Amino acid sequence: MPDFDAIVIGGGLVGTAVAYGLARRGKKPVVLDEGDIAHRASRGNFGLVWVQSKGFGVPEYQRWTRRSSDAWAEFSTDLLSETGIASGHERPGGVTICLTEEELDKRRRLMEQLNVEAGETQFEYEMLHRAELKKLIPAIGPEVVGASFTKYDGHANPLYTLRALHAALLKRGGRYVPNARVERINAAPNSFTITAGGQTYSAPKLVLGAGLGNKVLGAIVGLNVPVRPLRGQIIVTERVQPVLPMPTLMIRQTVEGSIMIGESREEANFDDTTSPEIVHTLAQRAVKTFPFLRNVRIVRTWGALRVMAPDGLPIYEQSREFPGAFVCTCHSGVTLAAAHALHYAQYVIDGTLPPELARFSTKRFDVRAAA
Amino acid sequence: MFALLLDDTEARVTVIVNGDTVSVPTSFTAAAAMLLYGNGATRTTAISGEGRAPYCMMGVCFECLMEINGEPNQQGCLVAVSEGMRINRQRGKREVHE
Repeated sequence: MPDFDAIVIGGGLVGTAVAYGLARRGKKPVVLDEGDIAHRASRGNFGLVWVQSKGFGVPEYQRWTRRSSDAWAEFSTDLLSETGIASGHERPGGVTICLTEEELDKRRRLMEQLNVEAGETQFEYEMLHRAELKKLIPAIGPEVVGASFTKYDGHANPLYTLRALHAALLKRGGRYVPNARVERINAAPNSFTITAGGQTYSAPKLVLGAGLGNKVLGAIVGLNVPVRPLRGQIIVTERVQPVLPMPTLMIRQTVEGSIMIGESREEANFDDTTSPEIVHTLAQRAVKTFPFLRNVRIVRTWGALRVMAPDGLPIYEQSREFPGAFVCTCHSGVTLAAAHALHYAQYVIDGTLPPELARFSTKRFDVRAAA
Repeated sequence: MFALLLDDTEARVTVIVNGDTVSVPTSFTAAAAMLLYGNGATRTTAISGEGRAPYCMMGVCFECLMEINGEPNQQGCLVAVSEGMRINRQRGKREVHE
């Protein structure tokens, strides 16, 4: 007799969102979480719920991201009412700020492309010149040329979101097991037995939500998950009075008043430390964007590892070899948390992924047979 | 609860704590001066506005944020006193100037 309806490997935003979604639907999941040695992107991320940079050339990704962003308010309200924990979610719209005419032109072309690719779903955006942007965000500096704006963007506190997901999961009868590094997986179609942290768990479903760990775990259950780490570095400042009314791609002010500065991308393998060069570049651009930051104190900097597929898209798949085993992985665990909890969990229960997720299948990594 | 172990031979400096001119030993930090003469809470928090006071005294907890010589959000436990230093309570989030 299986102990649980589903085993979810990974206790970060992705795994816990799916597990919470399962528990909301009356299923009994167990979440196996590795421990403090895990890379834990969910503890280091920036906290955008972001649409306007996602899915150039892949309208399916734009739609999926929009769907999650649209669902975030409901998701966040549910978490608050279930747990009393506020995720800090706001959706005032967001801007990508450009410091040169060249950047602005490039941005305009990308937004036009997103709009064309959106087709009948429509992608509403505005290109703002300096004067219009200054009305929205008076703190911009003299070097700012303009920005792209969409109403779909927002942000949340990733740590409170994660805490709320954990609390909601437990309240709904799910189980969370810390320090449970997976030691052994016995897989058969719709039957999985896993040994982790010295204990054994069985369930007819298995969800891999283990971030960078999905590569190794996936191979065991017939899933090809070629994710790699892509480092991001983040600066956080002291708390200041509200000065940024909406998030930008690179800089946002939290509900608590801290300013976060991020959005670097580096190949650094599993090195999650910071480097003076990147922090310097981030700070320099931040000060050009918002000159008041020159006098604001940095409290901390950190690095974290994004979970990145070769094409930057999420990976959603069910194993053909071992049906019942799913993988759910992406580099936007905050943005997609609502979709994972409200939709992906249902697909796991249904035992089939819908056509709109076909673009995120592992089939895209298969080498095509020569003619 | 605590007795102040002052060495009478130690040199002293004059600092201004919340507007009051007081004399403290040169070995004091701004946080120590504030604890002795600050009269209760030394800051209000950035979120709830609750009163707080220095806690760890070793640069970790950030409870001792105060305004020192006009500069807000200083960790008072990491700043040594100096002659004429103005030390004030930190009230909530600091302001920024564009």
